[in-house]
Amino acid sequence: MTATTTATTPPAPPAGQPGPARGARATLAAALLSLNGLRRLGTYLLLGLVAAVATGPDGTADEPLGAVRDSILDPRIVVFLLLAVALWLVVAAAPLARPLVTTLIARVREPVVASGLPQHRYAPIVTNLVLLAIAILAPLFLSGAARQALVNDIGIYALLALGLNVVIGYAGLLDLGYIAFFAIGAYATAYFTTDKALPVHSPFLLNPFLVMPIALILAAIAGVILGGPTLRLRGDYLAIVTLGFGEIIHLIANNADNLTNGPRGAFGVPHLSINMLGLEYDWGNDPMPYYYVLLVIVVAVMIAFGRLERSRIGRSWAAIREDEIAAEATGVPTLKMKLLAFAIGASVSGFAGVLFASKQFFNPQSFSLQASFLVVTLVIFGGMGSRLGVVVGVAVLQGLAYYLRDPVPPTDRYIYFGAVVILMMIFRPQGLIPSRRRKREIQLSEQGVGGADSLGGARPEGAQA
Amino acid sequence: MGFLDQFWQLTVDGLMSGSLYAVIALGYTLVYGVLQLINFAHSEVFMFGAFGGIFAARAVMGDGGDVPSGLASVGIVALGLGVGAICGATAAFCLERVAYRPLRKRNAPRLAYLISAIGASLFAVNLAGKMWERQNVTIETPFTNGEVFKLFGATVNTKTVVIFATAMAMLIMLDTLVARTRLGQSIRAVAQDRDTAVLMGVNVERVIVMTFVIGGLLAGAGGFLYAMTFSAAYNMGFIPGVKAFTAAVLGGIGNVRGAMLGGIVLGLVESYGGYLFDASYKDVIAFLVLVAILMIRPSGLLGEKLGRAA
Repeated sequence: MTATTTATTPPAPPAGQPGPARGARATLAAALLSLNGLRRLGTYLLLGLVAAVATGPDGTADEPLGAVRDSILDPRIVVFLLLAVALWLVVAAAPLARPLVTTLIARVREPVVASGLPQHRYAPIVTNLVLLAIAILAPLFLSGAARQALVNDIGIYALLALGLNVVIGYAGLLDLGYIAFFAIGAYATAYFTTDKALPVHSPFLLNPFLVMPIALILAAIAGVILGGPTLRLRGDYLAIVTLGFGEIIHLIANNADNLTNGPRGAFGVPHLSINMLGLEYDWGNDPMPYYYVLLVIVVAVMIAFGRLERSRIGRSWAAIREDEIAAEATGVPTLKMKLLAFAIGASVSGFAGVLFASKQFFNPQSFSLQASFLVVTLVIFGGMGSRLGVVVGVAVLQGLAYYLRDPVPPTDRYIYFGAVVILMMIFRPQGLIPSRRRKREIQLSEQGVGGADSLGGARPEGAQA
Repeated sequence: MGFLDQFWQLTVDGLMSGSLYAVIALGYTLVYGVLQLINFAHSEVFMFGAFGGIFAARAVMGDGGDVPSGLASVGIVALGLGVGAICGATAAFCLERVAYRPLRKRNAPRLAYLISAIGASLFAVNLAGKMWERQNVTIETPFTNGEVFKLFGATVNTKTVVIFATAMAMLIMLDTLVARTRLGQSIRAVAQDRDTAVLMGVNVERVIVMTFVIGGLLAGAGGFLYAMTFSAAYNMGFIPGVKAFTAAVLGGIGNVRGAMLGGIVLGLVESYGGYLFDASYKDVIAFLVLVAILMIRPSGLLGEKLGRAA
C-alpha cells in the first residue's frame, strides 16, 4: 500500500537509486502514518470540505446545513478530497525531495551567474519598457466591456493601490478605511464641477482638472485629522480607527440626503475636458481616453513614488519600519513621517476619486467597506512596497475577477479574496513581485533581527533582537 | 427637555446594550493581553455564534405556534446560548489555527497578523453570506416579553432582564476564571511576560488557544443574545465589533475588568447620545468616543495590563 502511494507522489526520489529510495520510502511511510501525519490528513480533508462549500451551491437560512449537505453530495467533492490527499502526500514527501530540488535549482542558476550577463544591468529597464508597451497596446485587443473594466476596475484601482502601498508598503501601517478618501474626492468633484449632481454645490463651478488639487488637499487634510491623534499611539489602533472612519463616511454618504443625495448617488458629473489655448477635447463616454490618462498618471505616480522611496523621506520610512526606536534616536521625526505617509496615501485616493467621479455615475455603494478591503488585498497580493508588483497584482487579480465573473458571482468574489490574503500571509508575505528590501526585512524580522512594520509596541513572539 | 423624562429608560436600554458590548469586548481584551494583537476577525466569531444559537433555537421552537413559557423558555434560551457559545468557540479555534498559528510559528511581523485576520474576516463574512443568504434572520422571542418591574418609572421588560442577567453572569464567571483558576493564572502569566512564563513551565501555545476559545465562547453566547434582540445577518459582526473594541480601549485594552466597565459606559453614552442627537447617527457616537479616548486617555479608564487589575 505504501509502495503505491510513493509511486504516485511526484516529488518522490528518483527510481534509479534502489538503496536510498528504499530508506526514503520507509521514512515517507513513517511520516504519513504517524499520528501527526494522520492529523494533517484530517486537517487537509477538512480544508478541502471548506473549499468545496466556498465554491459550491448557495444555501438558504431556512436550512442552515443545506449548503454543506449539497456540497458534500455534489460529485465535485471527490476532486477536493483528492486534492487534499495529494497535498498531504506532497507535504510529507517535500523534506525528502528538498535535496533534489536544491541541486536542480543550483544547476539552472549556475550558468546564469557564471556568465555574468552584461545585459543584466539593463534588464529592469527593458522589462519596464516591454510592460509599458503591453499596457499601451493591450486595450486595442479587448472588447468594449473589457475596456470599461480596464478603466474602472484596473486603472482606478491601480492608482488606489499605489497610494495605499505608501501606507502599507513604505510606512508599514494598516489603513482599512482607505476608500473613504476616495469618496471624499468623488463627492468633492460632484460639489465643485456641477450644480446638478448633488443638492448642494459650490458657488463657482470648476473644470474637473482644477478639482484635482482641491480633492488632493481635502483628502490629505482628512488624513492628517484622522491620523494625527491615532498615530501618536500604537500603529495598530490606526487600523481600527480608519475602519470606523471608512464606515462613517459611507454612513454619511448614504444617510445625508440633503448633502449627498443619499443612496441615489450623484448623476451628471461632467467628463474630463480641456478647453484652453485653442485646445479643446472632451473625454466623453468612451473608456479609451480615460485609460490613457490613467496610464500616464499611474506611470507618473510610479516614477514619483520610486524617487520618493529612494529620497530622505523614503529612507526614513525604511528606518522606522526596521527599528523605530533607533530611527527616533538618530533624529528621524517618526510621527511626522508616518503622518506624511498616511496623508500621501489619502491624497492619492482623493485624486483617484476625481477621475472616478468624472468617468461615471457613483453612489455610496462604490465606497463600501469591501472596497477598502479590496484595495488592501490588491496591495498584499502584488507585494507591499513594490510599485510594479502592486500594479501587476491589480491587473492580475482584477483581470481574473473580470474574466471569472460568470462562474464566480461578484458577491462570492470576496470569499476568494479573503482566502488569497490569508494564503499570501502564510506562504508568501512579500507578495507576487516582492520589493527586494521588503522581502529581506520580512525574512530578517522573522529571524528576530529588526522589524518589518511600524506598528510599535511589543512583538507578538517577544522581541528577540 | 424630554431628556430628563427619558433618562431612566435610556439608562435601562444603555445597560442592556452595554452589557453585550462588555461580553464581546472581553474577547478583544483577552487576545490583546496574551498576544498584543487586535483580533480583527473577532466580530466574525460573534456572527457565527449568533447564527449557531439562532438556528438551534429555531430548530427547537419550530415555525409559528405559541410563545413558549416557563421551563421551555429557559431551556430554549439556554440551548441558544450553549450552541452559540460552542459555535463561537469553534470559529475562534479555527481562526487561531488558520490565520494566527502559521504566522506565529514563523515569528512574522505584527502587520502580517492584522492582515491575515482581515483576510479571515473577509472570508468568513462572505462564506456565511453564501451559506445562509445575505439577509436578516430573526426568531420569535422564546418567552413572553412583558414588563418585569419599573425602575424610577422606566419599564424593564423580560428581555432586558434576561440579557443583562446572562451577560453579568458570564462576566462574573470570566472574572473568576481569570482571577482564581490555574488557567487564569497562566493567562495572566503569559500576558505579563511570555518568556518568563515559558521558563515557569506554562504551555504558552495551549494558553493562546484557550484564550481564543474563551473569547469565542463569550462572543458566541453574546451573539445569540444580540440576535435574539435584533437579528442575525452575515455582516452583523462589524458594528458591534467596532463598538466592543471601543469598549475594550475605553476600559484599557488588555484589562479584563476594564473591558466590562468600558462596555457598560459605552452602552450608556451611546444610549444618551442617540437620544440627544439623531438616532441614525448612533453608530457614529462609539467611533467619536474611540477617537476621544485615544486623544485624551489612550491607556483607558483602568489602565492597560491584564496582570494588574484582574
